Amino acid sequence: MKRIGVFVCHCGSNIAAVVDVKKVAEEAKSMLGVVYSTDYQYMCSEPGQDVIIKAVKEHNLNRVVVAACSPRLHEPTFRKTLENAGLNPYYVEMANLREHCSWVHPNDKEGATLKSIDLVRKAVAKVNKTVALFPGEIPVEKRCLVIGGGIAGMQTAIDVADMGYEVIILEREATIGGKMAILDKTFPTMDCSACICTPKMVDAAQHPNIKLYTLSELESVGGYVGNFEVTIRKKARYVDMVKCTGCGICEAKCPKKVESEFDYGMGKRPCIYKPFPQAVPNKPMIDPENCRKLKENKCGVCAKVCPTDAVNFEDKDELVTERFGAIVMATGYELYDWKKDFGEYGYGKYPDVIDGLQFERLVNASGPTMGKIKRPSDGEIPQDIVIIKCVGSRSTEKGKTYCSKICCMYTAKHATQILEKNPNANVYIFYMDVRTPGKMYDEFYMRAKEGYGATYLRGQVSKIYQEGKKLIVKAEDTLVGKPVEVKADMVILATAAAAVKDSSEIAQTVGFSYDKDGFFTEAHPKLRPIETNTAGVFLAGTCQGPKDIPETVSQATAAAAKVGALFSKDKMATSPMISYVDEGLCSGCGLCIPVCPYKAIELITIKERVHGGEVERQVANVNAGLCQGCGPCTVACRSGAINLRGFTNQQILAEVDAACQ
Amino acid sequence: MSVEQNTLEREKQQGEWTPKIVGFCCNWCSYAGADLAGTSRFQYPSNLRIIRVPCSGRVNPHMVIRAFQKGADGVLVAGCHPGDCHYATGNYYARRRMLVFKRLLEYVGIEPERFQARWISGSEGQKFAENAIKLSEEIKALGPNRKLRDVR
Ligand SMILES: Cc1cc2nc3c(=O)[nH]c(=O)nc-3n(C[C@H](O)[C@H](O)[C@H](O)COP(=O)(O)OP(=O)(O)OC[C@H]3O[C@@H](n4cnc5c(N)ncnc54)[C@H](O)[C@@H]3O)c2cc1C
Ligand code: SF4
Ligand code: SF4
Repeated sequence: MKRIGVFVCHCGSNIAAVVDVKKVAEEAKSMLGVVYSTDYQYMCSEPGQDVIIKAVKEHNLNRVVVAACSPRLHEPTFRKTLENAGLNPYYVEMANLREHCSWVHPNDKEGATLKSIDLVRKAVAKVNKTVALFPGEIPVEKRCLVIGGGIAGMQTAIDVADMGYEVIILEREATIGGKMAILDKTFPTMDCSACICTPKMVDAAQHPNIKLYTLSELESVGGYVGNFEVTIRKKARYVDMVKCTGCGICEAKCPKKVESEFDYGMGKRPCIYKPFPQAVPNKPMIDPENCRKLKENKCGVCAKVCPTDAVNFEDKDELVTERFGAIVMATGYELYDWKKDFGEYGYGKYPDVIDGLQFERLVNASGPTMGKIKRPSDGEIPQDIVIIKCVGSRSTEKGKTYCSKICCMYTAKHATQILEKNPNANVYIFYMDVRTPGKMYDEFYMRAKEGYGATYLRGQVSKIYQEGKKLIVKAEDTLVGKPVEVKADMVILATAAAAVKDSSEIAQTVGFSYDKDGFFTEAHPKLRPIETNTAGVFLAGTCQGPKDIPETVSQATAAAAKVGALFSKDKMATSPMISYVDEGLCSGCGLCIPVCPYKAIELITIKERVHGGEVERQVANVNAGLCQGCGPCTVACRSGAINLRGFTNQQILAEVDAACQ
Repeated sequence: MSVEQNTLEREKQQGEWTPKIVGFCCNWCSYAGADLAGTSRFQYPSNLRIIRVPCSGRVNPHMVIRAFQKGADGVLVAGCHPGDCHYATGNYYARRRMLVFKRLLEYVGIEPERFQARWISGSEGQKFAENAIKLSEEIKALGPNRKLRDVR
């Protein structure tokens, strides 16, 4: 038997000045299941809550309707009240007499009172169908997986590890470090990137709570917040990491040299190699695509010269499955491939037209030219250099529509670097706008321009072509409205910072959303910029959108804070207002599965006794850790087998009936 | 009844008759928008009864039909703007379902104005009130709904 109590709130005069609260309380008495009803000045106040608690005891109530303000405001309050009264907290429903009635119908007292009665009837009808709900609990595995070992991933890992939790960095390259390890100096302070990045790499590698899985890739992710089950492919390295001392003899003796990825085609490397001298871990790997032993079963020199017998041509990929409570995405960015779209800049057929990262290698003291800016085609020192900004950024025609954010600053940096090394050089920078918000940023740009004398020309370059040893750069200076032509020795394109090519695949594997450009989507653009829409998966750095290093590091630390908050409890309470399946009704059609935005539903096999025999069949099953309680699945189900607790079909239909009476 | 008579009859009714409208509002956007209409004191007619659902994607066409059966003259389904769904994609399902469903309702003879799907955010209190006014006026002009109604 339902014994419902109805409590009508005056909210001072907020409700009572418009709605005849006494009449509402009186009418409520005749509603199905209602055994008690009253009105009170302020239901949410402590004495107000005591009125409820006392009535529950005195009248043996087992369901409560509070007719007051919006449940978005005080539903949690009254749930606690019920708990204090010894009832299940979900046994309460609210009728919104304030926001949805008295405040919007101040001049229609009669109508507002009639509506209030209807709203109470609706709440009574719903609470009649309400059952007790109990929050679930899921254990939290306090281990964090960080995917991507750039500055973002390293920072998150170090911060989480410092909180005392175990972290694994999964990096697909042979070393951690990301783009920052490639850069020469960093704006706006011009400190050497390696000097601040390599110590971080070492910190991460040596931290007792951090393990590195380099040369590894994500295979699959199962489970849910607190309990992810992740399979990782550790790719064959062909070098035994325990035996190898990193002496480097093999690298020196390898006879075959190929283009170095790390130098972006600006230099060469052997087939057994470390990406760069300070790589972490500081041990080589064999490039199976080019190694003559692996390809043609010839050579094998490295194995012969290795003093510790560490080279192992028989090495195989290894799959490991581990459990994590949280995943942080830190897969970074890459430069947009301008060669396919920019015919006017030569589709990459002129060797002296390079991009920003290639220039970083050219100007880097540990780079292929020992930091001497020599142009790729003939090694000559370029005298006239053109830098073009916004190549593939801010364009509706080709490339990307967004502003890549970092290029204005790094082109100013590149100009400074060129003019520092060669004060007689001429640097021309073609730009659409110069955007330099940030601490000491505009000052940095002004110094490049006024201090070092870089020439800024407003206008887009329409064509580049080769004439003898020179590159002819044609453009229009839109400030003076005249065409300009520069005979350049080298051109640097500040190409758009784009999402990593396969970013959408990894987002799908982990199970969260990404935008049209492939950047990962935050749960809320303003208020939840670190979370994804999948609980327990967080974002750090440029995988979410273009950022410079300070911004990347800030977000990385923020992600660590989120992980720390999640790991601060042993168990996580889960909302009981989630979907559940009536296995008797479920036909196992699976129609509910694709509509769930959280991949919370899967088919499981159950055993049933039919006519004395045992049969197996498939039914849908809702994962309580993943389900967020939204409910589109309930509509997809043709047999009504899947239902949403707290908003069941029966409850909503009862409300509809009551609202239409 | 001739058209003229019909109109006369309606005009007569309009004096006293007010339509009954049921609104399904998602908790995160439209219900919050309705709350904001309240806090901002935007007024609209008192004939709308709001049912709170977690997401517009939770609204089953069955519930809409039931409202018409039980005597509703109009039904509103309101959710977050496309792209803003609290649950990522729920309102896309709602949109598609409601479009198809609207066609079915029209097929059985229910005027399209009687069933409306709207995207109203939590910050659009004004828009919520304006929609409620417009909906009420449009349905008032149509008169009571007789289609689908349970014989009582
Ligand atoms: C030319 C140029 C100059 C710049 N100069 C400056 C500067 O002076 N100052 C400044 O503040 N910023 C500068 N930046 C910006 C800077 O590079 C970035 O802000 C920073 O590197 C971003 O770090 P990240 O960790 O987010 O990404 P990344 O450095 O790109 O690191 C991502 C890591 O994730 C790994 N990864 C990717 N996908 C996967 C996968 N599926 N599985 C496993 N691992 C994966 C990658 O291998 C990489 O190691 C410059 C950028 C450019 C292009
Ligand atoms: S309620 Fe939402 S999250 Fe839960 S199973 Fe249904 S669609 Fe998925
Ligand atoms: S849609 Fe309904 S019947 Fe089909 S699998 Fe899901 S719960 Fe079962």
